[in-house]
Amino acid sequence: MSGRMIGVDVGGTFTDVFVLNEAEGTASVAKVPTTRPDQSGGFLDGIGREVDDLSEISVVVHGTTAGTNALLERKGARIGVICTEGLRDVLEMRRRDRPRTWGLRGDFEPVVDRRNRLEVPERTLADGTIRTPVDLDAVRIAAETLCAQGCEAIAILFANSYANVENETAAVSAVREIWPNDHVSASHEILPEIREFERFSTTALNAYLQPEVSGYLGRLENALKQGGFDGEFMIVQSNGGVMAVDTACRLPVRTALSGPAAGVIAAGYIATSAGFENVITGDMGGTSFDVSLISEGQSMLSPQTSIDFGMVVRNPMIEITTIGAGGGSIAWVDKGGLLNIGPESAGSDPGPVAYGLGNDRPTVTDANVVLGRIDPENPIGGKLERLDVEAASKAIDIHVGAPLGLSTLEAAEAILRVANSRMAGAIRLVSIERGFDPKRFAFMPFGGGGALHTGAMLAEVGIARAIVPRYPGVTSAMGCVIADMRQDFVQTINSLVSTLDENALGAFMQAHTDEGMALLDAARTTFEARNVTFELDMAYIGQTHTVSVPVAVSVENGTVTPPTKSEIEDAFDTAYKATFGRLLKNGVRRILNLRSAVTGKRPKFDLETLAPSSEGKVDAKASRPVHFADSWYDTAIYDRLNLPVGTVVAGPAILEQPDTTVLIEPGLQGRVDRFGNTIIEPVEGAS
Amino acid sequence: MSDIDPITLSVLAGRMEQIADEMDATLFRAAFNPIIAEAHDASHGLYHAQSGDTLVQGKSGLPIFVGVMSFAVQAVIDKAAEDGDLADGDIYIFNDAHIGGTHLSDMRLVRPYFRDGMLFCYLASVGHWHDVGGAVPGNYNPAATEVFQEAFVLPPVKLARAGEVNQDIIDILLRNTRLPQSAMGDLNGQLGALDLGIKRMDELLDEYGAETVSAALEALGHRAEQLMRSELEDLPDGRWEAEDFLDNDGIADEPLKIRVALEIKDDRMTLDFTGSSPQCAGPVNIALPTTVATAYVAIKHIFPTLPANAGVMRPIDVIVPEGSLLSAEFPAPTGGYTETILRMIDVVFSAFSHAAPDRVVANAYGTINALSITGKRSNGQPWVMFSFYGGGHGGSIESDGLNHGNAPISTATIPPMEILEAAYPVMFRQWALRPDSAGAGAHRGGLGAIYEIEVLEENGAEAFLFGERGRFAPKGIAEGGDAELNVFSYEQDDGWKHPPLASKMRGISLRQGQAVRLETPGGGGYGAAETRAPEAVARDVARGLVSAEEADNSYGTSWREVEQ
Repeated sequence: MSGRMIGVDVGGTFTDVFVLNEAEGTASVAKVPTTRPDQSGGFLDGIGREVDDLSEISVVVHGTTAGTNALLERKGARIGVICTEGLRDVLEMRRRDRPRTWGLRGDFEPVVDRRNRLEVPERTLADGTIRTPVDLDAVRIAAETLCAQGCEAIAILFANSYANVENETAAVSAVREIWPNDHVSASHEILPEIREFERFSTTALNAYLQPEVSGYLGRLENALKQGGFDGEFMIVQSNGGVMAVDTACRLPVRTALSGPAAGVIAAGYIATSAGFENVITGDMGGTSFDVSLISEGQSMLSPQTSIDFGMVVRNPMIEITTIGAGGGSIAWVDKGGLLNIGPESAGSDPGPVAYGLGNDRPTVTDANVVLGRIDPENPIGGKLERLDVEAASKAIDIHVGAPLGLSTLEAAEAILRVANSRMAGAIRLVSIERGFDPKRFAFMPFGGGGALHTGAMLAEVGIARAIVPRYPGVTSAMGCVIADMRQDFVQTINSLVSTLDENALGAFMQAHTDEGMALLDAARTTFEARNVTFELDMAYIGQTHTVSVPVAVSVENGTVTPPTKSEIEDAFDTAYKATFGRLLKNGVRRILNLRSAVTGKRPKFDLETLAPSSEGKVDAKASRPVHFADSWYDTAIYDRLNLPVGTVVAGPAILEQPDTTVLIEPGLQGRVDRFGNTIIEPVEGAS
Repeated sequence: MSDIDPITLSVLAGRMEQIADEMDATLFRAAFNPIIAEAHDASHGLYHAQSGDTLVQGKSGLPIFVGVMSFAVQAVIDKAAEDGDLADGDIYIFNDAHIGGTHLSDMRLVRPYFRDGMLFCYLASVGHWHDVGGAVPGNYNPAATEVFQEAFVLPPVKLARAGEVNQDIIDILLRNTRLPQSAMGDLNGQLGALDLGIKRMDELLDEYGAETVSAALEALGHRAEQLMRSELEDLPDGRWEAEDFLDNDGIADEPLKIRVALEIKDDRMTLDFTGSSPQCAGPVNIALPTTVATAYVAIKHIFPTLPANAGVMRPIDVIVPEGSLLSAEFPAPTGGYTETILRMIDVVFSAFSHAAPDRVVANAYGTINALSITGKRSNGQPWVMFSFYGGGHGGSIESDGLNHGNAPISTATIPPMEILEAAYPVMFRQWALRPDSAGAGAHRGGLGAIYEIEVLEENGAEAFLFGERGRFAPKGIAEGGDAELNVFSYEQDDGWKHPPLASKMRGISLRQGQAVRLETPGGGGYGAAETRAPEAVARDVARGLVSAEEADNSYGTSWREVEQ
């Protein structure tokens, strides 16, 4: 196949394009402004900067925030719901929660207007018995009504459809016959899993996103084809795997965390290649710090997430913990005299005070500017001419220095100390609190700002070293090129192990395998290997929290041999013991759900492709005073991308590249590894 | 006391809060019982070595425990002083609600933390156990007239002496519960949380030194007090009263009054509950610690950004009349404490709304609606479906109230209908919002819910309800309207019935195919209804949240002019 693989990540501010030329073994990177509201402009512009002839491209993989933004900004389609009699308000009632523990304020508006939620006579019981057959005339009338009311997509949400699909299948067929477009989602097709709110919410959000996301992806695909592109177009899912574009159009809800997931995948690959199987990633943006943990090369997955209050998406997603401490987070002193960072943020517009775009309250970035850690003459991103250090100092004086009786520099250091301590808290949360020892982990900052704070993370959490990837600003785009193709499936089983019908379980496993393999077959990309994994959600009877139990199942030439009851029992005991320490005497084991994942391993490119030369020596291009703790240090400034492999730079030093500033504090050193990553560690610990 | 710089203080505040949060998370993960694992009916924190005052408390535990745990620690401090044998590695355990607050289901573990041979502070863990003996499984006995009919009562005793666990105590506990496995699982989880807390405190003190951490704790209390005082100073001085009623105590059909006089003067506030009804026969009494803790919960809802430590309460006096149902004496039953404290929060909000209506929300639905449906399957297996149900929240200056929220004293979510239907022989005919259930207002209340539950089991079933607000509706504030009453109905051969005590009833027999129906209150309204935008009223009518008739009555007819 012809040689170029392209990863495109569309972020809030920039669209990043990563181009890998497999034939020549070279890679290049482009950063262009994101276009709004239609992101396809920036997407095509970015690719066009690097590739003249789209027919040379074999694969385009896209990490997109189109879905995330449509959810967060509530800009999905007008949709309708047809549901079981008596249950039209499930989406609005949620799981009887509230937005905040304290204060009792706030209300909630579901994505479907109550007028567009219609009930029809039908009822399936929990054991799958059909108590009331579905009234298809009522279904057709409801669909026509919703169409007449302007709904562009529709979701069919029936009680207990995970246990028996009959009523819901009949209803969705009837709707598809008369619905004017493809945007029809049925809850058993999207998530055949017990728990009506989670299933209904995931299905409704799928319908809500479908017109927008499939329209956007369709425009992109058409434009690519018109430019001569004849390769495979794929989309990154929230689980960190990629899917074909037509699957993404059918299941757009699976793109809810597409962008950040790609970044974590790349981080895992870069760290593993560099010899660090255990890594904690930290992505510092304008308003937040996103942390994720990769243990033995595997990222953690969480079964569901809330995009916003009441907007639950239940699909496996890369687990990303977010705290409100980004570069734009505002520092303020409360009435009790305590310095706080965030959650209010100036974002990137108006942004920090130093941007001079109208914000006058100091941010974390302003502290970095005042302390000399960011070069005011060459702001990252190229939008601004220079940064206003004086304005930043003044804001820090007024809002932090004066109330706390600190000088400007002391106040700026204080802002960083509190911000660092909050970021360190997030790292503790994903590591120590989950039983992982941070000493065994490397910290990998990516995004624009994270590499300014690595020293603090080492000092505060006891992490041994940090690894700064060669291109931290385009990690997500690179992740698109690296990610495997993956499909997840779920089916509620709800049976005691003792009364399990192994053949029925086997049939579900086979169906998941067949469907997953068919999707791999349909892809025009090549796979190095394919694998299928199965997990059962299990618990003792009476227990509500399930343990996920990996079950070894043989799949030969695509044929599944189902596990025996005793194999399942042994697997449960092993997993339960690992989670809770001890088994329960006489406990009755129960299976709630089957979860299957079918993965096609895509060929990986060699990261050394990106490495700098290993020849020569590069001197500091300049120096400037930078403030650490309580004094100024004359600090050498290097052009990071020119540093040859093997270079060791002792702190204090600053390594600059177009989209990132890497800070090496006094007492630390940075070493360029054979891939061009910078390994930052204490001087005495250097090997 | 050494001075501590404000930056170290910020850092330490976050670190210590994280220790308490991590203790919470440890128990939630390990607990066997869903009331802890799912509903998070538990809490952890650090408490002052001499006073027992709350120093730091986890963010994810049940709100009511934030104030009540210092009483549990105080009880242990008193006991240890009496015995004079407090040692490193001791762990006290008890559930006595009359000295530790809340109810007997809450098992409290208190452990002294020593540093260099000196008592530094206490760590405590509390969690709601699934069953602690008594007359009714799960301990919600609406007919109890003494604690002994609710559960076994354990005073503070040493579960561990100098690190050595006393197995005798565990044996006694496990013999007194219907669910020994669940109890053992929860106990292990709580012990694990305390171990973890000790380890984290050691690490923190290694890093910062005992003196600095001690100074930080002191400073944080002082700071919380300053914050509270400055909030109060910003409010007008004055005295405002409010009263409301419980339907009855489940024994005698007489309303019970909860009354408060709220006074703000400069930087202090007094909550005087004089005038509340005397102690009653049934289980809606609460003990003094619960009353004080509830005052704290109400205050924390009014000032949500205040930290969870005892300094907040220093400028606040809580006056509770002796002999009232808010300071019940042993052995008065306290199992239904939730209903009473919800009403306390309502009256505090109502009184406070006269001082600063923008700072409070109108009354929420105000009842936990503990409904259990039980029976035997055809194979003889007993089943018990027990759950709490939701209702509407009050309107506020910001927005309408939340539809179908959880109680202000809790953060628990409701189990999914499909999980209940899969586990028990029932079917929900309806799980829906209840139109016209909210109080009218410039910002109306959130809607309550309708749950109609049919029995599928051929042997039939029995139902029990412990609720409130059957006779006194949740109130609006700032001229907002009241919500609808809580309505419980059950189906019999000759039609639908209502309980004689309105909101409480035992032993309702149901045949296969018969149902019970809960229609829960919405929240009270905020601001005068006639000032609500006609567009908002028209929108509610179009969505069927408010009927046209109700809209005309409450808001006038101008909404009819609005084009949709």
